[in-house]
Amino acid sequence: MNDLKKDLKHERHEDYAVELIEITKRFPGVLANDRVTVKIKKGEVHAIVGENGAGKSTLMNQLYGLYQPDSGEIRIFGQKKSFAGPRDAIKSGIGMVHQHFMLVDTLTVAENIVLGNEPVRGLNFDLRKARQEVKELSEKYGLYVDVDAKIEDIPVGMQQRVEIIKTLYRGANIIILDEPTAVLTPQEVEELFVIMRNLQNSGKTILFISHKLNEVMEISDRITVMRGGKVTGELITKNTSEREIARAMVGRDVVLKLDKAPHKPKDVVFEVKDLWAKDNRHLDAVQGVSFQVRRGEVVGIAGVAGNGQTELVEAITGLRKVEKGEIIFDGVNVTNKHPRLLREMGMTHIAEDRLKHALIKPFPAYYNAVLGRHYKRPFANGAFLNHREIKRYTTELMEEFDVRPRIIEHLGGNFSGGNQQKLVVGREIKAGPKFMVVAQPTRGLDVGAIEFIHRQILRMREHDVGILLISMELEEIFSLSDRILVMYEGQIMGEVRPEETTIEEVGLMMAGKRLEEIRGDKK
Amino acid sequence: MKKIIESIAVPVVAVLIALLISALIILAIGKNPVEAYGKLINGAFGSQQAIIDTLIKTTPLILTGLAVGFGFRAGVFNIGAEGQMATGALTAAIFASNFGGLPPAIAIPLTMLMGMLAGAGWAAIAGFLKAKTGAHEVVTTIMLNWTTTYIASFVITGPLATGFGTPKSPEISASAQLPILMRVGAMELSAGIIISVVAAIFMYVFLNKTTIGYEIKAVGFNPYAAEYGGISVAKNIVLAMAISGALAGLAGVTELMGVHHRFLGELSGGKGFDGISIALIGQNNPIGIIFAALLIGALRTGSNEMQFMGVSKYIVIIVQAIVIFLVAADRIVKVIYARKKVKA
Repeated sequence: MNDLKKDLKHERHEDYAVELIEITKRFPGVLANDRVTVKIKKGEVHAIVGENGAGKSTLMNQLYGLYQPDSGEIRIFGQKKSFAGPRDAIKSGIGMVHQHFMLVDTLTVAENIVLGNEPVRGLNFDLRKARQEVKELSEKYGLYVDVDAKIEDIPVGMQQRVEIIKTLYRGANIIILDEPTAVLTPQEVEELFVIMRNLQNSGKTILFISHKLNEVMEISDRITVMRGGKVTGELITKNTSEREIARAMVGRDVVLKLDKAPHKPKDVVFEVKDLWAKDNRHLDAVQGVSFQVRRGEVVGIAGVAGNGQTELVEAITGLRKVEKGEIIFDGVNVTNKHPRLLREMGMTHIAEDRLKHALIKPFPAYYNAVLGRHYKRPFANGAFLNHREIKRYTTELMEEFDVRPRIIEHLGGNFSGGNQQKLVVGREIKAGPKFMVVAQPTRGLDVGAIEFIHRQILRMREHDVGILLISMELEEIFSLSDRILVMYEGQIMGEVRPEETTIEEVGLMMAGKRLEEIRGDKK
Repeated sequence: MKKIIESIAVPVVAVLIALLISALIILAIGKNPVEAYGKLINGAFGSQQAIIDTLIKTTPLILTGLAVGFGFRAGVFNIGAEGQMATGALTAAIFASNFGGLPPAIAIPLTMLMGMLAGAGWAAIAGFLKAKTGAHEVVTTIMLNWTTTYIASFVITGPLATGFGTPKSPEISASAQLPILMRVGAMELSAGIIISVVAAIFMYVFLNKTTIGYEIKAVGFNPYAAEYGGISVAKNIVLAMAISGALAGLAGVTELMGVHHRFLGELSGGKGFDGISIALIGQNNPIGIIFAALLIGALRTGSNEMQFMGVSKYIVIIVQAIVIFLVAADRIVKVIYARKKVKA
C-alpha cells in the first residue's frame, strides 16, 4: 500500500504535472475533501477511484477551477496556481471532459471544437481554418471524427472524442476524464483506451476518474483511492489487485463475485408482446419488444443508457402509456393499468432514479417504508394511518436491510445513496412480490452495498420471484441473469445465456448488431 | 421536539426583525416607534372591544390561510381563494335567505355545507384543468376569480338585488346566522372563530393522521414517486383543489353568517390573497396558520389606533411584507445556520 510513498520521497516538483497538496474543501454540512494530497507524474495515466460521494468530483472541480479550495495548494508543472475559474485552468493547460458532454447539438463537430476560441478572418468566423485545424488534431492523435457532422447525429463515442479534441484544441497537456466509460459500449471503451495510450505517448498527462476496477487495472499507471473525502490508498497498478483497490474504497474485504446457485425457473409470470412506447419527445423509444419472465428467473436487459430501457420499465410498471402491444402479468392483461393495481397484483419496482421515483425526500423513513402499501392493513385502519404499526415495520425493515443510520424519523433525503437504495430495495422486497422490475439497482453505490443488494436479488430468485433486471453495468447483468436480452434503439438485438456468450458478443449487440448477424459472421 | 422549535423559530425571528426594521422607518418619519407599537398593541388587544375586533378579522384569515396552505402541501398554488370565498358566500346567501322555516341546528350546517360545496366545486375546475390538460392553477384560478367577480356583481345588482343604492343581497334568515358569543357595543363576535379554529385542528389531523393526507403530501412533495407508489396524481390534485376551495368557501360563509348577514359583492376585500401570506408565515402548518392569522388580524386592527398618532397604518403592510420575505427566504437563514455548524 505504501510503496508509492517511498517512491515519492526523492522526487521534486518538476517531475509532476499536477500536485494537489493538502486540499480541503467544505460544503454546508459536508467535508468534501479533507487534506487531500495527490501528485500526478508527467505523462502518466493516473486513476482516481472511489465511490460516489468520496470526493473525487469535488477534487477535480477544484483542479479545473470550478471551485476554489478552502485551504491547500495546487501546483501545475511545479508552479503554484490559483484558479478563479475554468478559464484560468485551461490557460494552465488543463482540459476536462465531463461525464455529461458540454456540446451544442445543432452545431457541427468542427464548430463545437473551436467554440470560444474561433479562428477569424477579418470579422468573420473562419470555418475553413477551423475544419483544417480540427482535422490536423484528430489525425495527430488518432481521434477519428467527422468534422462536418452535427453533434446530434453522431454516436456517443464520437461525441466523447469531440470533447477530447476540444481540450487539445485549447492546448491541454493535462486531461481530466470524468467517468468516461459510463456511457460507452465495451468496444467503445477499448477504442477510448487506445486513444488514451496515444495521448500518453505524445506526452499528455491523463487523470482518469472511475469506479470500475477492471478498467482502472487495464489503463492506469498509478491509482489514488478516495473514501469519505480522504485519500485511503496510493497504489501502483502493476503491483496491486482489484481486491486491494476495493478494500481501500470500502474499508473492508469485499466479495466481488457472487456464487449463483442453480435454480430451475417455473411457469411464466410475466410477458410482454410487441410493446411500443414513446419517450418524452414523442419519439418511439420502445419498438416492438417481446419477452417472457418465469418465476425464479432473472432476465437481464443490457444496453447503453438511452436505448429505450427507461421507457420500457415505465411502460411495464404503469408509469408510461403503452402505445401498442400487450403486457400480461399473472395471466391478466395489465396493459396501461395504474401502478396501484399492479402493486395489488404483486408487482414491485425498484426504480432506476430513486430520487425521482422511489423516494420522497421530505418524508421520514417510516413513511417511505410503506409507500405503495400505506392505505392497506396493517398500515391503515380505514381512513387513518396506523403509525404504531408503520413505525414497528420500518424498524424491522431497517434492521433486516441494514439501513443506516437506524433512525426511522430520518428524512428520506438525508440518507446516503446506498442507504436510500437499501430502504427502497427492502420496501419492494418485503412487499412480497411475485414479479419485480429491478432497474439500475446499484447505480452510484459503494462496493459493499452492491454486494448486499445483489444477494437480495438472488435470494428473491430462490424464492421463485420472477425478476426483470435492467442495468448498464455488464458485470451486474452477467453475474445475476439467467438470460440476457440486449436492447438497442428500442429493440431487442438478441437473447443469450451468460454462460454461452462473451462480453464482446453482448457488446456488439449493444452497439446495434443483431445476434444472428454476429453469429452468422463467425461462420 | 427540536424540529418543532426550529419551525417556530423562523416565523418568530422574522416577526421580530420585521418590527425592528419598521421601527427604523417610523424613526425616519420622526415618530417614536416605542409609542407607535404601544398604540398598535393597545389597538389590537387593549380593550375587550379591540380583542373582539381582532378575532373577527382573524376568523376568515385562518380559513383562507388553511385553504392556501393546504394547497401548498399538495403542491398546488391556489391563488383563487378570493374567488372561492365569494362563490361560497354568494351560493350560501342565495339559499340561506329562504331558510326561515328551518331550525338553526339544520339551517346553520346546511348553509355552511352549501358554501363549502360551492367553493370546492369552483376550485375543482382549476384542479381538473391542471390534471387533465396541465393548465397551471395560478392562471386558471385567477381567471376564475374574475369570473366570480362578474357573476357576483350581476347577481346582486340583478336577480338578487334588494333596496336601493349599494348592491346587496337580502339578509339571510335568522336561523342561518351564527350565534353570537360576545357583544360589546356594536361589535359582535360570532361562533365563526370557533368554526375556524376547529377547521384548523381538523386539517391538522387530516394531513397528519389519515391515508388521504399521506397521499396528498406525497403528491405535493414528489408527484413522480407518488404515482410510482400507486397514488393517482390526477385524482389527488383535483381533490386537493376541492378541499382548498371548500376551506375558502367556508371563510366566505362565516363572513356571511357571522358578520354581514348578507352578500355584499365585495365581501372579501383581499382576504383570499391574505391567505397566501398567512400560509407562508404559518409554514403551511394548520396550527401555525392560526397564529399567523391572529398576527395579521391584530396588525390590521391595531394599525387604526396607531394612525391616530400620525403613523400611517400602512406601516403594518411593511411589517407584513418583511415577515413574508424573511419566512420565504428561510433557506438563507438555514444555510447560514448550517455553515456555522460545520465550522464549529
